[in-house]
Amino acid sequence: MIEVEGLGKNFTLHNQGGAVIPVLEDAHFTVAPGECVALTGASGAGKSTVMRILYGNYLAQAGRVTIGGVDLTGAEPRTILTLRRQTLGYVSQFLRVVPRVPTLQVVAEPCLATGQSEEAAVTRARDLLSRLNIPETLWSLSPTTFSGGEQQRVNIARGFAYTYPALLLDEPTASLDPVNREVVLSLIEEAKANGAAIVGIFHDVEARARVADREVDIGRFTPGRAA
Amino acid sequence: MTKNQNIPERPPLLEVHDLTKNYGARTGCADVSFNLFPGEVMGIVGESGSGKSTLLNCLAGQLEADSGAVMFDTRADGPRDTRLMSEAERRMLGRTDWAFVHQNPRDGLRMRISAGGNVGERLMAVGARHYGDIRSAAEDWLTRVEIATDRMDDRPAAFSGGMQQRLQIARNLVTGPRLVFMDEPTGGLDVSVQARLLDLLRGLVRRMGLSAIIVTHDLAVVRLLADRLMVMKDGRVVETGLTDQVLDDPQHAYTQLLVASVLQV
Repeated sequence: MIEVEGLGKNFTLHNQGGAVIPVLEDAHFTVAPGECVALTGASGAGKSTVMRILYGNYLAQAGRVTIGGVDLTGAEPRTILTLRRQTLGYVSQFLRVVPRVPTLQVVAEPCLATGQSEEAAVTRARDLLSRLNIPETLWSLSPTTFSGGEQQRVNIARGFAYTYPALLLDEPTASLDPVNREVVLSLIEEAKANGAAIVGIFHDVEARARVADREVDIGRFTPGRAA
Repeated sequence: MTKNQNIPERPPLLEVHDLTKNYGARTGCADVSFNLFPGEVMGIVGESGSGKSTLLNCLAGQLEADSGAVMFDTRADGPRDTRLMSEAERRMLGRTDWAFVHQNPRDGLRMRISAGGNVGERLMAVGARHYGDIRSAAEDWLTRVEIATDRMDDRPAAFSGGMQQRLQIARNLVTGPRLVFMDEPTGGLDVSVQARLLDLLRGLVRRMGLSAIIVTHDLAVVRLLADRLMVMKDGRVVETGLTDQVLDDPQHAYTQLLVASVLQV
């Protein structure tokens, strides 16, 4: 489902004397449907960079990323946007929403965007918000005013609303209380059972051991390090 | 490249080839080419004097370009170069399939006729004659842009800046255009009013499946509204791509400077 081959990435800082910072060299791995692969490596090894390249948010300098048969490298913006709508979900640690849009709508949006009925999308959104213990009194409010933890859970609800065939999880259980952590872990297990190919970063070692089938050490792809 | 089987390939709504406009020896915009597809929203960013407004005005036929082509996929005859159309044809396009939202609502509104009249006028320009229909369409659109219908008979001069801007948007969208040009649509408005307007624009664009080209210097505006970005400097396009990719991983020196210069709130 997800194939990464010969991936290379460096950042060129034009306004700091053209400094070139190499981050990845010949990174490669694959993820099958229903499989969860955890990216590991020390802080700064480039785990988040890999996730962002997979999402089309960062440009790679070399190599290929194919998700659901779509080649991301050199793809047109509309190709990537269609992929994100229909195939590829991303749960980041931070919520970015339009001001004024109610929480229920924020969570229902991914399903609406794929053409599901208003009723089905809202039902799914209600279900997820209850499971993640967001009080119903908050559903009609914009999440911009919520606490950090609440925002994170709204973001998780949104990320799991639609059953994407491929899913990227950036520390989904970070700073959650044990009850909500358990909910998120079961959401991940459900997504796997539904056949999603998942790539995740989990600093939570127990969580990683429970949901990940394999680990890929991103440190192996640090440039200048002999393999 | 592998194509996603789920996307039926539609022809571009707008195809721009090597569009150039000079002001004497000075460059307005040079060799600009791009395709805009149905339902796509493109942002054009760059500092003042980068040529973004010149480009927008050339695209919309408000300024005459020196060379290049602007092909629009017309309903009747398919793609046609709007630069070669007659003035009458271009004006008709400007009243039907195209809309232009100006930064200053006074440039896009008739200040001496009522709010309802401003919306109704554009409908009449495309042949609507039944007073009751026109009035109810105007009412419907004022509601959609969150202007109370009891303000329908007031002149725009009595409205706040944010209301005037929303009225201008209603006037432009009432005829169901396929392509909307916007020049700094949130410029000069309070931040709170901007947020409301952005939310409104985003909803309208998505619901109506509009294509839009938005010129702004505000990167937060394009992040919310635009699918893709074009970055201009000295009249030339220096970088293009998916909006979040250009903002989060800018490749060109100028884009890096632009992104790094935004104050964090």
